[in-house]
Amino acid sequence: MDQQDKDTGSARNRTVVERKGDRELVVTRTFDAPPGVVYRAWSQPELFRRWWMPRSVSGVALVACDMDVRTGGKYRLEFSAGDAGTMAFYGKYLEVVPNERIVWTNDEGEAGAITTVTFEEQDGKTLLRFHEAYPSEAALEEALQGSAAGLPEQLDQLEELLAGGGG
Amino acid sequence: MVQCSSPRLDRSFAALSDATRRGIIVQLGQADASITSLADRFEMTLTGMKKHVDVLERAGLVVTHKAGRVRTCRLGPRGLRAEAEWIELHRTLFEDRYAALDAVISEINQEGSDGSAG
Repeated sequence: MDQQDKDTGSARNRTVVERKGDRELVVTRTFDAPPGVVYRAWSQPELFRRWWMPRSVSGVALVACDMDVRTGGKYRLEFSAGDAGTMAFYGKYLEVVPNERIVWTNDEGEAGAITTVTFEEQDGKTLLRFHEAYPSEAALEEALQGSAAGLPEQLDQLEELLAGGGG
Repeated sequence: MVQCSSPRLDRSFAALSDATRRGIIVQLGQADASITSLADRFEMTLTGMKKHVDVLERAGLVVTHKAGRVRTCRLGPRGLRAEAEWIELHRTLFEDRYAALDAVISEINQEGSDGSAG
């Protein structure tokens, strides 16, 4: 692994994305706050909705955000993608341990992934690990083919639209 | 991730829904191969293999090239790039996402939060 930058200042914290094994995606990142604070920003809907879907990347706006963050609770996120209409993502929380971990299902597709987020204290900071496990290699391949094939195109279209090139 | 319906994606999904066709993709990931050698390897008729390759070709996952009487298959450029693009896509998304989360976190910190969840 690369040496983590020793600078303080959150701009220096690197986001590391890996594909592990046949069917897993892992994203790790350090935050300059203890786990309790990061967990709050993740589990309170009014805070969560401020950062989960940055417009700059996706061009979609989060229009509804219902989260009952406790074991057995449900969530539903609705995005508006302009002319492309709205998209909903929903599922339930399989396991919630405050300040430590949140595990949820992604039920909008046939072969939904299980997502696990863990908050681990390291010298007063938080190492956040976002882990997505697909039920099969084929399901990951589908997600891979689907998003890799479709999203750049959508983003290009969006860019054109924003640049006023949309007819 | 976000999936909007598109004929191209539908073709990709359909093409990858078959175990033999996924096997062909794996084989071509190692080396280009003729339809004849693929048919031998998967113990299929030439006609059956041609059908599979056609499906993969229509989905843009395989490119074929005819030289004389031999049709050689190789992975389409998208198939090779897909994984790298997917990783890159996630990195872009999460970097932005987490930059926004940084801002929310420093706000909470400034509230003089003691870190207790509400």
